[in-house]
Amino acid sequence: MKEITITSGRMNPGIDPVLHAWGWEIPLYLFIGGLAAGILFFSAYFFLKGKGEKFRASIQIGPMFVPPLLAIGLLALFLDLSHKLYFWRLYTTIHLESPMSWGAWTLMLIFPLSLAWALSFVSDVFPQHECKFPAMGRFMNWLQNYRTFMAWALILLSIVLGMYTGILLSAFNARPFWNTSILGPLFLVSGLSTGTAFLMLLSKDKDERRHLSQIDMILIGIELFLIIHMFMGFLASTQVHIDAAQLFLGGPYTAVFWTFVVTLGLVFPLITEFMELRGYHIPPSIPATFILIGGLILRFIVVDAGQTSRWLYKFME
Amino acid sequence: MARYAMAIDPKRCVGCADCVVACQTENNVPVGYCRDWIVEELTGQYPSLELEIRTERCNHCSDAPCVRSCPTGASHYEENGIVLVTHNECIGCKACIASCPYDARYVHPEGYVDKCTFCIHRVEEGMNPACVEVCPTHAFVFGDTDDPNSEISKTLRSRKSKTLIPEAGTEPNIFYLL
Amino acid sequence: MKSKVKRREFIKILGAGTGGMMVGTKLIHAFPKIDSSKQFIESGDEVTPTYCEICFWKCAGWVHKKDGKPWKITGNPKDQNSNGRFCPRGTGGIGMYTDTDRLKTPLIREEKNGKQVFRKASWDEALDLIARRLTEIKGKWGPECVALFTHGSGGSYFKNLIKAFGSHNIAAPSYAQCRGPRAEAYLLTYGEGVGSPERTDIRNAKCLVLIGSHIGENMHNGQVQEFSELHANGGTVITVDPRFSTAASKSKYWLPIKPATDLALMLAWIHVIIYEELYDKEYVKKYTYGFEELKKAVKNNTPEWAYPITTIKPHIIRETAREMAKQAPATIIHPGRHVTWYGDDTQRVRAGAILNALLGSWGRRGGFFAPAKAHAKKPSIPKYPKVSKTWKDAFPDQFPLANLALSSGICDATIPSADKSCNFKAWIVYGTNLPVTLPQPEKTLKAIQSLEFLVAIDIMPAEITGWADVVLPECTYLERYDDLRISQGRKPSIALRAPAFEPKHQTKPAYWMARELAVRLGLADYFPMKTIEEYLEYRLKSIGSSLEEMKKLGVKEFDEDHELYFLNGEEYEFGTPTGKIELYSTTLEEAGFDPIPKYTHHEEPPEGYYRLLYGRAPMHSFGRTINNPNLNDLMDQNEVWINPKVAKEWNIKNGEMVRLENQDGVVSHSIKAKVTERIRHDAIYMVHGFGRMQKKLTRAYNKGADDQQMITRVKLDPIMGGTGMRVNFVTFRKEVA
Repeated sequence: MKEITITSGRMNPGIDPVLHAWGWEIPLYLFIGGLAAGILFFSAYFFLKGKGEKFRASIQIGPMFVPPLLAIGLLALFLDLSHKLYFWRLYTTIHLESPMSWGAWTLMLIFPLSLAWALSFVSDVFPQHECKFPAMGRFMNWLQNYRTFMAWALILLSIVLGMYTGILLSAFNARPFWNTSILGPLFLVSGLSTGTAFLMLLSKDKDERRHLSQIDMILIGIELFLIIHMFMGFLASTQVHIDAAQLFLGGPYTAVFWTFVVTLGLVFPLITEFMELRGYHIPPSIPATFILIGGLILRFIVVDAGQTSRWLYKFME
Repeated sequence: MARYAMAIDPKRCVGCADCVVACQTENNVPVGYCRDWIVEELTGQYPSLELEIRTERCNHCSDAPCVRSCPTGASHYEENGIVLVTHNECIGCKACIASCPYDARYVHPEGYVDKCTFCIHRVEEGMNPACVEVCPTHAFVFGDTDDPNSEISKTLRSRKSKTLIPEAGTEPNIFYLL
Repeated sequence: MKSKVKRREFIKILGAGTGGMMVGTKLIHAFPKIDSSKQFIESGDEVTPTYCEICFWKCAGWVHKKDGKPWKITGNPKDQNSNGRFCPRGTGGIGMYTDTDRLKTPLIREEKNGKQVFRKASWDEALDLIARRLTEIKGKWGPECVALFTHGSGGSYFKNLIKAFGSHNIAAPSYAQCRGPRAEAYLLTYGEGVGSPERTDIRNAKCLVLIGSHIGENMHNGQVQEFSELHANGGTVITVDPRFSTAASKSKYWLPIKPATDLALMLAWIHVIIYEELYDKEYVKKYTYGFEELKKAVKNNTPEWAYPITTIKPHIIRETAREMAKQAPATIIHPGRHVTWYGDDTQRVRAGAILNALLGSWGRRGGFFAPAKAHAKKPSIPKYPKVSKTWKDAFPDQFPLANLALSSGICDATIPSADKSCNFKAWIVYGTNLPVTLPQPEKTLKAIQSLEFLVAIDIMPAEITGWADVVLPECTYLERYDDLRISQGRKPSIALRAPAFEPKHQTKPAYWMARELAVRLGLADYFPMKTIEEYLEYRLKSIGSSLEEMKKLGVKEFDEDHELYFLNGEEYEFGTPTGKIELYSTTLEEAGFDPIPKYTHHEEPPEGYYRLLYGRAPMHSFGRTINNPNLNDLMDQNEVWINPKVAKEWNIKNGEMVRLENQDGVVSHSIKAKVTERIRHDAIYMVHGFGRMQKKLTRAYNKGADDQQMITRVKLDPIMGGTGMRVNFVTFRKEVA
């Protein structure tokens, strides 16, 4: 038996009684990062596979949403900063040991690239659209010559971005629940899955939807595997990691995680997608929406639970 | 070059929190915030009990996760090993806060991340940190571990000590005497 | 006799804080690197000497200003009370100055639309009113019907004032509610007291016995320092406490005694020390009186006798007694400080005094040293008028050995009754928050309701100010001069308090207030010096110093041939009737009390009830500091300590809010439960001073519970009138969300 008490009244805002330095901004930012990575990845992937005409939603329409999405994500990140006027300091240093730093740089690269990628499809998506600035039109046409190069770059960068959203957290040894190498792949796969879900919502093509759905089922399967693997890893580790896992195995996050993330966000869409493939008539927007919501909740829970898990003073509620 | 460290004797400490308020006034830490704090750890069952009283703060780790996680280099090591935050390089992303297993950092009301500085402004003038200087029960030894004749070097040689969460691999520079 | 005084309504002090000064630093966001706190190096540091007013220890130190702004307070290394290291309260003293809830102007009670309110008043108006009312009361009832309650440095000027006015009814709760029994017990035994700071030579002791004394949680600075040093150097500490206090955690022996049975343990110790012939035979023979009687009296007080009473095993009692004797005379049975527990407190403390005598520690190295004190002349004043009656006349044949006025007694004598011959009509209350300080708060309020006039002088809008007719706002100790600190110690010394800051708002120092009143009452001769600077200059000159010198030094020690240890075989005449250390007290015998302490059984808590124990936290001085922003930061509420077994019975979880209900049905404010192995199953514990109900104390308001509220009954010490307060039992009431 141990009684551990802080007797000098420590109540640092954001830190006590348990760490809550990050609110909604970071999980939203991570979710959007993963989603954008997913969209870009499949857009580039299908483009390279020569599905240009058939998979319009994935290749051409999806990317249109990416720059605004990334802008929202960056805005969320910016809003989270407590010393905002010094934001630019992020881009005066490259600090490879800091996930925050290389995340910022990845975004710095992927944001203009995604914009260029999207612009190269404007004339395909909006054929009637007359560009008021001829120079702009010429620029967009010029970009089309580099689609293959851009696609390869996007494949690479979107994987980096997707992984980064998880590694940002898993780099923190100090928070036992984040301290697992599975978080990177998990967030990458989850990001890809939300990407396919997003594209499913956009797609009007049955074949495309079916294809996306098949991919998504595999992704969900991997996700479930990773989640189980992650908890087994925790339980086989040190006491603090076991305690961290307990947050989800009987602790305060149990209900919300297993219900909303696993059951409604993964298992349920998996079943509905499977049934749809088997010929049951289920609107694809149903699994897609659940996947997106599940992915969002996953980010919120992981960010929150990670902050709760700690090495010291575990007595505190 | 000096290499600063602190040894704390929980046996002497009565947990009065003088170090906390001395730090607050010395460094103008705003009311509601603290850079150091007192932990009481009780083991056993009535009536065979043992109490360890510790004053805790930033450990000025030699392998500091906060320095590694900082995207701008605001969190850095001084030449003497003291870990500091340069206010006007800090963007307030709070990665360092999340990275610190000791929860030693917080966001100052002015936006930058703040924490114990080992009172570097005093140390560089040859004085002890405020917490060390004020302690009524002389529970601290502070000094240069590079100097084998310093009190801290002697203390750490002659007495066994422990650090907090050594398994986190941060190599703390605050030692609790056993 | 019926009082015509209109019933007082409690008034919340008006006037919200006008956003006091902010002390936060403004860092310039310029581009050169700014590292945390490096900015403090260059700018100037200006220091003023002071001695601390946050507790009675009165450590001397320096107030630092940076660029003219308040910065910090540090200890003066030359000061014996602190050795240059202030305690958290002293260090946090700056918060007393910055507290925005402070009283700001004089206030006068008036009736507005049928409601009593405070109106801001000028100093002239307030002082004129006080002088007029006091003169009226003097004319009607005699000057003796005015009483002064006081605690703190500024009280001495009001003492002078009221004595000049014609009353000797001056009371401090520090006597009957705190250390009175100790003062009398040592006076009875040794013919002199322990004094303050205590003359205990802990620095050189090898064994320290603490009986309910929680050194470390009480931050009696120098003593805590010496205690920690003793422990770190391997000295033996024996702690007798139902609670695993900080001191207990540093003890070789923790004796978790059943509350209210300490005297049995001490008698058993005396028994062992006498019957195992462990006592200092030469010393006892040379210096003490009544050894044979003592030996006979404790014959049956064996450890086996004490075991069922105290729950302390006989072999532990023997072992600890032998350890004390082994280290004697460097063994101290600490006399304690707050000792008003069970009503037989003078006797209990005397048992400790007897133990010290048997071990020969009085006047010996590592025991009790002879304190030295500096002497500085005061300007001469006329003789005080003779008084025809004092508070004692209200208590014929009671408390014969009380040497100081009882706060609780004056309170009792203020409530009109047939059998009290001296009724008080006016109180001047300086720095004592009576509703929180005195037990039985209902009685205190009843007394207040019976008054014709009540003046409160305070820094904070403490509860007492809400009941006053006139409130005078005092400035903090950081904004004023006060009399020299001449406290006892190993060497004679003096310390100066000079103002570091201008008084904030319209606050004034006590010296000025008392003198202004004296002038208005025609008593100016009693304050011959117009300003306190002149007064200090006079005193300092008499001791070979000056204000100028003291402003530079802060503390001045005087070299004097002083023998700290005076009982190593030297002849010595004690101030007792027999001239010896009275193991057998002839004074008590004469007054009809037990000349040798006897164990009496005290009532135990009934089933489902627990004895209410209370104590101190190192970061607070009673209720006085709860609102101090820096100290409130360290501890903003108290907790009730509950043994896990008890908590389980009541289904109380750690951190849960509960209420307590005492034997008289009084229910406490809600308080957080601290479920801990650190306390016995038959008692609960909380820190005193919390649970404040004055809204204007914005930080302290409604935080935690007030132990004093639960102390609705006291057991009076028949010898000196102390109010034994650990005789209340509480049970739990679960908080309804």
